[in-house]
Amino acid sequence: MTENNYLIALIGSVLVLAGIVELLRRRQLKEKYAVLWLIVGVVLVIFTAFPALLTRIASALGVAVPTNLLFFVAILFLVGVVLHLSWEASRLENETRKLAEDVAILRLDVAELKQEKLAQDNTD
Amino acid sequence: MSASPVLRPLIVVPAWNEEQTVGETVREIRGVMPEIPVLVVSDGSTDRTVHIARRAGARVLVLPFRLGVGGAMRAGFRYAVRNGYDAAVQVDADGQHDPKQVPALLDELGQAEVVIGARFCEQQDGYRVSGPRRWAMVLLSKVLSRLTNTRITDATSGFKATGGQALPLFAEHYPDEYLGDTVESLVIAARAGCAVTQVPARMRPRRGGEPSHRPVKSAIYLGRAAMALVLALIRRWDITPVPVPQLRPAVEEGVP
Repeated sequence: MTENNYLIALIGSVLVLAGIVELLRRRQLKEKYAVLWLIVGVVLVIFTAFPALLTRIASALGVAVPTNLLFFVAILFLVGVVLHLSWEASRLENETRKLAEDVAILRLDVAELKQEKLAQDNTD
Repeated sequence: MSASPVLRPLIVVPAWNEEQTVGETVREIRGVMPEIPVLVVSDGSTDRTVHIARRAGARVLVLPFRLGVGGAMRAGFRYAVRNGYDAAVQVDADGQHDPKQVPALLDELGQAEVVIGARFCEQQDGYRVSGPRRWAMVLLSKVLSRLTNTRITDATSGFKATGGQALPLFAEHYPDEYLGDTVESLVIAARAGCAVTQVPARMRPRRGGEPSHRPVKSAIYLGRAAMALVLALIRRWDITPVPVPQLRPAVEEGVP
């Protein structure tokens, strides 16, 4: 890797980490996801800063091409995240539906109460 | 049976943009059974459904966006439970279900907690299907008949009466996915130990609106029906009905 590439990669991964921290700071990211993404950011910075580390881990695990190890782990991780988000979306949809049903019921209740009150006021 | 086992029934009419038919349907129901209140659940309608249903003398639940038949019906069941009704009958807004047959469904609620008004029970000539659609119906009826220990010929009929323990159960767990309001709801009822039965009901041609299944799509329908059935069978359901707080006793008739 040339000096230039190394610098660009390092700056990139530090920016990603900074972005995650910033989202956290502005409370745009729930705490339960925060830890996960912080770890991802830190790991990213470590591997860009010390590329030799990846090569060493890959050879220790018996993976011939170090980047393949990176891709494998990344894909596994991303599949996990997407699955989790699908689950989260299903749960949220369910909650929204129940709220919508309750809102409709409450609106009818309020309308009927208002009507009753109006009738009562008129007879008084 | 002369005396109905149900004391306070409610008729629930799910409606999504049914301004052409909902008024006539509500008037017809009220003409046949003036003592039973009608609740129209407008499923995110963007036309005049709400207004027309109200004018026809129905109470109207207005869902803020579209939830599908399952969601609309669950809202209806929850309304029924909260307001102290002991049975809910689904009657479609398109006029397919004949209100004159509602009492027959309600009468059966003494023996069962879910009563299906089924097409092609006996000598039915009005409703014919063939090909993959027919296989789907045979598959559904075979599996569901075994599960509920009763003969169910028309699992996908929306014309249903719900009472007893099934009402609070459906108020909490009525499914909203494809075929969920028909197939999966029967599976849930059977799992919860609710008795299911069916009575023959003659369906009428729809007064308007699009049929929800086109014959061209029958093969896809078979696949989705099988998928829905498998999902319903393997799903875990926490079927202890959650007690819903009774907000207040129900008001007797529709909103003036």
